[in-house]
Amino acid sequence: MAPRDSDPILIRAEGVGVRRGGRWLVRQVDLAVRRGEIVTLIGPNGSGKSTTAKALMGIVEPDEGRVERGAALRVGYVPQRIQIDPTLPMTVRRLMRLTGPHPEHEIDTVLEQVGIADLKAAPVHGLSGGEFQRALLARALIRKPDLMVLDEPVQGVDFAGEIALYELIGEIRDRLDCGVLLISHDLHIVMAATDTVVCLNGHVCCHGTPSSVAESPEYRALFGSHAAHALAVYRHHHDHAHLPDGRVVSLASGKEEGGGAG
Amino acid sequence: MLDDFFARALIAGTGVALMAGPLGCFIIWRRMAYFGDTMAHSALLGVALALLLEVDLIVGVFAVAATISIALIFLQRRGMLSTDSLLGILAHSTLALGLVIVSLMAWVRVDLLGYLFGDILAVSRTDLIAIYLGGTVVLAALAVIWRSLLTATVNGEIAQAEGLHPERARLVFMLLMATVIAISMKIVGILLITSLLIIPAATARRFAASPEQMAVLASALGVVAVLLGLVGSLKLDTPPGPSIVVAALILFLLSLLRLSGRQGSGVAS
Repeated sequence: MAPRDSDPILIRAEGVGVRRGGRWLVRQVDLAVRRGEIVTLIGPNGSGKSTTAKALMGIVEPDEGRVERGAALRVGYVPQRIQIDPTLPMTVRRLMRLTGPHPEHEIDTVLEQVGIADLKAAPVHGLSGGEFQRALLARALIRKPDLMVLDEPVQGVDFAGEIALYELIGEIRDRLDCGVLLISHDLHIVMAATDTVVCLNGHVCCHGTPSSVAESPEYRALFGSHAAHALAVYRHHHDHAHLPDGRVVSLASGKEEGGGAG
Repeated sequence: MLDDFFARALIAGTGVALMAGPLGCFIIWRRMAYFGDTMAHSALLGVALALLLEVDLIVGVFAVAATISIALIFLQRRGMLSTDSLLGILAHSTLALGLVIVSLMAWVRVDLLGYLFGDILAVSRTDLIAIYLGGTVVLAALAVIWRSLLTATVNGEIAQAEGLHPERARLVFMLLMATVIAISMKIVGILLITSLLIIPAATARRFAASPEQMAVLASALGVVAVLLGLVGSLKLDTPPGPSIVVAALILFLLSLLRLSGRQGSGVAS
């Protein structure tokens, strides 16, 4: 379900720059996310990925350029690092209702989707890193957002879990028909699950489809030629993955293979 | 019955404890104990200015506490000094400034101890009206901003990204704290107000599974502390304000005992 050019633009940055302490964190960023599109921001640490996303969402004011965002745009945000103060009692169920009321059956549904249905009554402070990450994803998901923003969503998740999580993000996009802005510093799997890749290093180095970005000289200069090589090798050896329930997923398109295609 | 000074004290203390509970929870969750203390200390400057300008004490204290909290937010943004240094400077300089101004006003007789440690037995009917009217406003306003303030407490960026206006909620919360300090100054005094906000909330944490439970429980524990403190002060002839704080402390210590007793029996069996 790849997005088309006719799909409405949910959010757009034009020439956005953010300056802190006399230094530009990012400059001249042009970026748009359409409904139904998965856009991935990749770049090394300190390249301004999170800053760009925060400027898009209105968390930081851009010092140059402008951001167009519909007034009624419903955002679901999963930040990179979040720590809930241990003095604040909070169960997973209560966390789902943080920004608005939701009936019990909707809570059950989203927890089921992210695979932590059994943790509904658990205090969030007792969750493992991966479980907490899923709870945060469910919290954003239950809002039925127009735009999901996920900052490094697979931190602390193992390889198989990583694939499952990206597949889930693809499913969410299909079901909610929302736009997704992903932030990642690693490339392999993200690239495969994405419609558009924007490669940042203080500015937009290159952007386009995953394969065109992987082959571009700017990208190779940023990550080293071995990075593109790694992607190729990775594709060669691991063009599909086996999910726990027996389904086979093609990593190149993020879609399930039909019976005949395998 | 309202003529009875003890009954008036009890009703006044109950009103203050009810609004202190949920507010105190946010002070704990947001790690603002010293911030609250600074606002409370600035109340004496408010008293001094109110006497100097001949305006109502509650108005004077509210205005100064609100100004200090907004000044703090502004100074924090400039980032020249760490927050705890800023709080230390403001807390003690406003207290000192208040003491100096009061002492210069030779023409007014001021019961300093009453402001510093409270004078709950001298609560008037007008005070009661101020406490319950103000308390209703505070709790109603807190209910309105509850969702956005709680989200901002969990994560300010989620609140901002999802359109909950965390800055506005934070500002309202500061004004509510200033209001509570202004109307409860007479009950436990400037130096002890923060303890009435924090100790019942800290006690409630051990028994609460959700933020809302903790807020209600903190109010209830505050009321119990007021009752025990007042009765104790009558029986033992101790100052009522500090007695209330000591009662709250005893409840807190009991909650620790209960917890460790439980763990102990679990190990034994």
